[in-house]
Amino acid sequence: MSETSIDIRALNLFYGDFQALTDIHLSIPARQITALIGPSGCGKSTLLRVFNRMNDLIDGVRVTGEVVINGKNIFAPGIDLLSLREKVGMVFQRPNPFPLTVYENIVFGLAVHRLARRNEYADIVEQALRSVLLWDDLKERLHHSALTLSLEQQQRLCIARVLPLKPQILLMDEPCSALDPSATLHIEDLMRELKKDYTIVIVTHNMHQASRASDRTGFLYLGKLIEFDDTVTIFTKPAQTMTENYISGRFG
Amino acid sequence: MDPRRSQKIAFAVLLLATLLVVLPVVVILAIIVAKGASAISWDFLFSMPREGMSAGGILPAILGTLYLVLGAVIFAVPLGVMAAIYLVEYSSDNRMSRLVKLAIVNLAGVPSVVYGLFGLGIFVTFFGFGASILSGSLTLGIMILPVIITSSREALESVPKHFRTVSLSLGASRWQTIRHSVLPHALPGILTGMILGLGRAAGETAPILFTVAAFYLPRLPQSVFDQSMALPYHLYVISTQVPGIAENVRYGTALVLLTLVLLLNLAAIVLRSRFRRKKKW
Repeated sequence: MSETSIDIRALNLFYGDFQALTDIHLSIPARQITALIGPSGCGKSTLLRVFNRMNDLIDGVRVTGEVVINGKNIFAPGIDLLSLREKVGMVFQRPNPFPLTVYENIVFGLAVHRLARRNEYADIVEQALRSVLLWDDLKERLHHSALTLSLEQQQRLCIARVLPLKPQILLMDEPCSALDPSATLHIEDLMRELKKDYTIVIVTHNMHQASRASDRTGFLYLGKLIEFDDTVTIFTKPAQTMTENYISGRFG
Repeated sequence: MDPRRSQKIAFAVLLLATLLVVLPVVVILAIIVAKGASAISWDFLFSMPREGMSAGGILPAILGTLYLVLGAVIFAVPLGVMAAIYLVEYSSDNRMSRLVKLAIVNLAGVPSVVYGLFGLGIFVTFFGFGASILSGSLTLGIMILPVIITSSREALESVPKHFRTVSLSLGASRWQTIRHSVLPHALPGILTGMILGLGRAAGETAPILFTVAAFYLPRLPQSVFDQSMALPYHLYVISTQVPGIAENVRYGTALVLLTLVLLLNLAAIVLRSRFRRKKKW
């Protein structure tokens, strides 16, 4: 039906001797929101960090299997991590803008990848802030420190910071866990807005969030993908009893 | 014991300890100022020594110490900071890097006279720099390397991890991450190390004893290959080696050395607070 953005085949991931992910097969559809749910330590964040290879930063990580993005296995030798991370942006759990100005935060990626001329920066900053609906709030405060913003604004800024790189995929690692309920809803609205242009994969602890915001949901348990289906199916008639137990709050 | 009572005693003891720490500093300063201030004059600061150091000024010693400190910092800060960056940002935690870290810590514990002998062997004799500002600067530089590396490492390690993670996740290279997301925030801490090193390099006598210091040289050094007088050694000489130097000249020299170190520190502290104000998180 829809095109595939990330194709995961027989993925295993080890931290030293510990196997964190076991034999994952999964096709993440393009321009939809895919939620990964499961109890703490089930490997959902680890799986998310496979897609931009941020796990590489941890000593002793070993991966087998394939993860195909744009027809290329990102674990093949000779893959350029810098351009992979340009195409696969990430938003973290805690809003973590650099202690720089709003403007500097957004142009950081541009400067790093030499993507635009300086005289184009202003337009790009405006565009990025408009996409996350911050422009009207912040257009007068572009040169204020990003740390003076509210947490919700900071998290929006962190999303905006990724956009100038024109990524295809946005990875979000519990992006709302530091936010209050109304800010959470705003970010979810924003995600629905962004999925027109981006493939979004979100890790969440919050089952309501997964059911509200995502199109597809994958349930992980102890490093295995137990079930992956349309979100509606997962939350109304899951095929596995384990999934049903988890979403009904019987464990996790 | 009644908690109110033990609280009072603890508070009193801690306050006393703190005051006792301050006391020697104040007394030393007071004595030096009281006994030395009368020697300070334009002539004392800006003219050559005369008549076997019993008259005239201490300009060559002041300039010598400035040159030595400057040379030591020019040599040790870039080298130390680069080594610290490598240790913190690049090297993984293996036996080799632990050995290097251990060596650096131990280098800090080496007595300064050993640095002096080392400088004599390596720079003065082996490289043939002779007793010169170059040899002295390099010797002092090696002496302050551990301070600079250790404080730079601490500064780098105190930069929040997520600065690196975020930068890398945006596709920045390791070096771009270090250059733009880590170093600017570590700079105040690195400067602290530089300040500590500076003070130490200015005050040490033993490392310059065999490598640069001239007993009595009433002219200014012409190049880095010249010998030079230096304040700490000069102070030692006029206090113990040459009889009949007026007391206020000896204390005046100490006062100048102290003031010089304080001024250097002050400059570095001002510089540091500039950076701090700019970068906050």
